[in-house]
Amino acid sequence: MLEAQERERFEACVLPHLDAAFNLARWLLRDRRDAEDVAQEAMLRAYRFFHTYRTGDARAWLLQIVRNCCYDWLNKNRPADLQDELQEGSLPSKELSPEALALANQDRNRLVKALESLPPHFREFLVLRELEGCSYKEIAAITSRPIGSVMSGLARARQQLREALLAQEPARKEMGRAV
Amino acid sequence: MPCDYVEERLHGYLDDELDAAGAAEFERHLKSCPECSAALSAERALRKSLAQAQLYELAPASLRSAVQARIGSASGKQTVTTMQPQINWKWLATAAILLLAISTALLTMAVLRMRGAAPEFAIAAVDAHLRSLQQGHLADVQSTDQHTVKPWFNGRIPNSPRVVDLGKEDFPLIGGRIDVVGQTPVSTLVYRRAKHMISLTAVPADSHFELGKVPKSVNGYNVVHWTDNGLTYWAISDLELKELEDFAHLFRTSQTEL
Repeated sequence: MLEAQERERFEACVLPHLDAAFNLARWLLRDRRDAEDVAQEAMLRAYRFFHTYRTGDARAWLLQIVRNCCYDWLNKNRPADLQDELQEGSLPSKELSPEALALANQDRNRLVKALESLPPHFREFLVLRELEGCSYKEIAAITSRPIGSVMSGLARARQQLREALLAQEPARKEMGRAV
Repeated sequence: MPCDYVEERLHGYLDDELDAAGAAEFERHLKSCPECSAALSAERALRKSLAQAQLYELAPASLRSAVQARIGSASGKQTVTTMQPQINWKWLATAAILLLAISTALLTMAVLRMRGAAPEFAIAAVDAHLRSLQQGHLADVQSTDQHTVKPWFNGRIPNSPRVVDLGKEDFPLIGGRIDVVGQTPVSTLVYRRAKHMISLTAVPADSHFELGKVPKSVNGYNVVHWTDNGLTYWAISDLELKELEDFAHLFRTSQTEL
């Protein structure tokens, strides 16, 4: 029976990447519960369209679907998240000292906040590269971008993350005065 | 701030996405550019803190079971659903023979095309590597000691090559030999990784061999090349490309030169 075979193949190729699917959804949606719903929907969509997958990078194939589901969901439920895009260049571009970064280590929350403050279209570069360990080629496939733009995208995303970390410093000191 | 020319390349280098030639060029640039060196260490520090913060979040068990339930998972009741597919052996045999004939033809065409298109040096270096794999041709001087191998080249070719010991990195030095490529005698060092031999040929970069678009493999042998200090290096091996690139990286950055 074809259906049983197809399902076994899906379980062997795609299901092992469930963690990757959830992790990407969690970082794009910034919420575990929403991520669980959307990742589940994405897995089912992947299952329905499994016949379009032949061979190759199953993780990249799945993550492309997850990403699309996430952006669809954001568009519908939290469109403001996607309008963040133009909030750049307003922060001072000072270099973060190794000491300041060491401090950041001690505070996972600071990194989470900084990462979550980036527009999703830059955040996804860092999630795919630094957390998921994807190659440029895979990132290009997942995000439907030309491979040549991945390197510059990552460069900007890292710069933004650094600026976001830096911006937290004065915010802490001036907490009493202005928010 | 890193200088404009390399700003993006720095990220390619950090992510290990430059080819050997690009990485060698960037490493050369690093030596002369303190801004880029500083920027690179800052990027590495940022990467380290991201790794240490353990930001990766695993799928909760509830998601896994929900997905499995929705696709009607077969795991756990496989004995019931496992079915032997019907195979038509006669058809399969015909298909196999056809496939074999087609792939042989395609392979021959591919080899012929590659021979025509690849810059002659890559092919010549692979040929020399193949010849060296015949019994008794591996090395003219056989020694794991760089202090024996390097002086051996003196007087045999105009400039003696850079010889480094990579034994600690599991690329032991086997020896050296003179290859004749075109009509030029060149130095070749022989290294080994497990059972794979690596030929590393050095040619003066200003020689008439043109560095055009070089294929990453010729006839199944991987080719990695880069230019450093006026010499173009060609590493040839049946080792996987990634490992061969690691070897190239170690050779370039190794300090243990004689």
